[in-house]
Amino acid sequence: MKLSLETLTIAAARQAIQQKAITARALAEGYYTRIAAADETIGAFLSLSRERAFAQADRIDQLAQRGDPLPPLAGVPMGIKDVLMTRGLVTTAGSKILENFIAPYDATAVARLEQAGAVMLGKLNCDEFAMGSSNENSAYRPVRNPRDTTRVPGGSSGGSAAAVAAGFAVATLGTDTGGSIRQPAAFCGVVGLCPTYGRVSRYGLIAFASSLDHVGPLTRTVRDSAILLGVIAGRDPLDSTSSDVPVPDYTAALAQDVKGLRIGVAEEYFGEGLDPEIAAAIEQVIERLRARGCEIVRISLPHTKYAIPTYYIVATAEASANLARFDGARYGHRACNAATLGEMYRRSRDEGFGPEVKRRIMLGTYALSAGYYDAYYLKAQRVRTLLTRDFQQTFTRVDAVIAPTTPTPAFKLGEKSNDPLAMYLSDIFTVTANLTGIPGISVPAAAGGNTRAGPPIGVQVLGRHFDEVTVLRVAQAIEQDRG
Amino acid sequence: MKVTEQDVLYVADLASLELTPAEQSAMVHDLNAILGYTDMLNELDTTGVEPMASVSTIFAADEKGESPALRADQPAPGLSHDDALRNAPDTDGNFFRVPKVIER
Repeated sequence: MKLSLETLTIAAARQAIQQKAITARALAEGYYTRIAAADETIGAFLSLSRERAFAQADRIDQLAQRGDPLPPLAGVPMGIKDVLMTRGLVTTAGSKILENFIAPYDATAVARLEQAGAVMLGKLNCDEFAMGSSNENSAYRPVRNPRDTTRVPGGSSGGSAAAVAAGFAVATLGTDTGGSIRQPAAFCGVVGLCPTYGRVSRYGLIAFASSLDHVGPLTRTVRDSAILLGVIAGRDPLDSTSSDVPVPDYTAALAQDVKGLRIGVAEEYFGEGLDPEIAAAIEQVIERLRARGCEIVRISLPHTKYAIPTYYIVATAEASANLARFDGARYGHRACNAATLGEMYRRSRDEGFGPEVKRRIMLGTYALSAGYYDAYYLKAQRVRTLLTRDFQQTFTRVDAVIAPTTPTPAFKLGEKSNDPLAMYLSDIFTVTANLTGIPGISVPAAAGGNTRAGPPIGVQVLGRHFDEVTVLRVAQAIEQDRG
Repeated sequence: MKVTEQDVLYVADLASLELTPAEQSAMVHDLNAILGYTDMLNELDTTGVEPMASVSTIFAADEKGESPALRADQPAPGLSHDDALRNAPDTDGNFFRVPKVIER
């Protein structure tokens, strides 16, 4: 049986293994062959974990041989963003400071995927400590967009999005602190879901900004996104911020039509700076949802323009605290021949961190320092409340909000790398979900999806806290309408 | 210019970062550009608006205002001694070894 590895979905992979049309081992080998042939150009993977992948694949094949029922992700080849810990494997967070760091335990999301039968092919490239919007901040190498290798794949989960788009894996895990799953998904033409804050355990995630960090899937289809969320969601005693809100059956919910749903369209998302092709694509999505019987409601999110400055103060303040743990004492890079402890800290951090990480630590430390705390950090926290109220009021009137994922399609490598502020502004439509904790998904908007000529365009669906069901339903309708 | 070279040196010290002279002047430029942009927050009157540290605070608390995240304080196995030391740059077999701590 000939499977198309570039378009394979979770359900199709599992079914092929269940019916013994292919073995899990052969499927993993097929993806490793594709990686070997093309990843030198793309740069999606930082390391491969063949031993672990094949051990898992063989377990699945034994189950299939015996005719035992297979777990939901049986034999599904996946990649993991390298900010998530994988026991016994090097976990770098895209940083030189963790170049030789071997994770002592598994992140809960990774463990749950493997318990459900997934095969871990390797660890995926990303911006250093997930700080970036283009993947050019990886300490190892930039990732190139498989749809156009002169362009960035987005960031920070650039490797995770590129691997799905290039057919190096069926699905991947990424993380999203300000858009880091949704923006690369939009740039690479795949589906990226940032779940509600607390929906998925962050245990074993190398923390960037703890009040904003999310773990979520990148996939080819909305259904695959729903399947993976069902596996990784739920309370984890090892993460006190994980929620015990019951996990619904997300795939069953996809059977429900979107007719009658009230869809909000915010005027603030369609102003100056939005690429006209993206605006046109989103308008088309809205018209098609209207044709399906959705009620389109014009709404206002008046504090939208304050989201980026709020985000970059809150995120960097939290990062400056989280990254204080990298001091060369217990793990990670240590500078040679430091005479004192203070010198060891300073030089280890100077040698280990890249320019963007230093910039954010500096910005965050400044915003938290005596004399500036009220003016910057506290002020940003108050505006965060206003942004949250915008959405709370909106969701009394609508069931979901449609927005662009990004203001422009994927930009060229090098185009924004010397202008941090321009880079930050590419997150303008995604950071509000992180600041307010609501779920958001990016799904390819334009006709042809993965195969359309020209750079991909992502449309974002935002929903109420813990209402991923509605978000996924609307996203699936968009996916079906796209054809 | 809000942020001076002096400020950058002071903050770098707080953050335990050592910056080269070239990095210092780039940092002065970048921090001023970014903080200049964040000044737009001052357009908003936030008098009486509660600061929001985390999303959890808006939905995690139960009717008594307690977070369900709190669990019973019971001992359970954690990272083993060997695992904890495995990534250490320097140990004496039992402890992490670092340069002398008398002078910073």
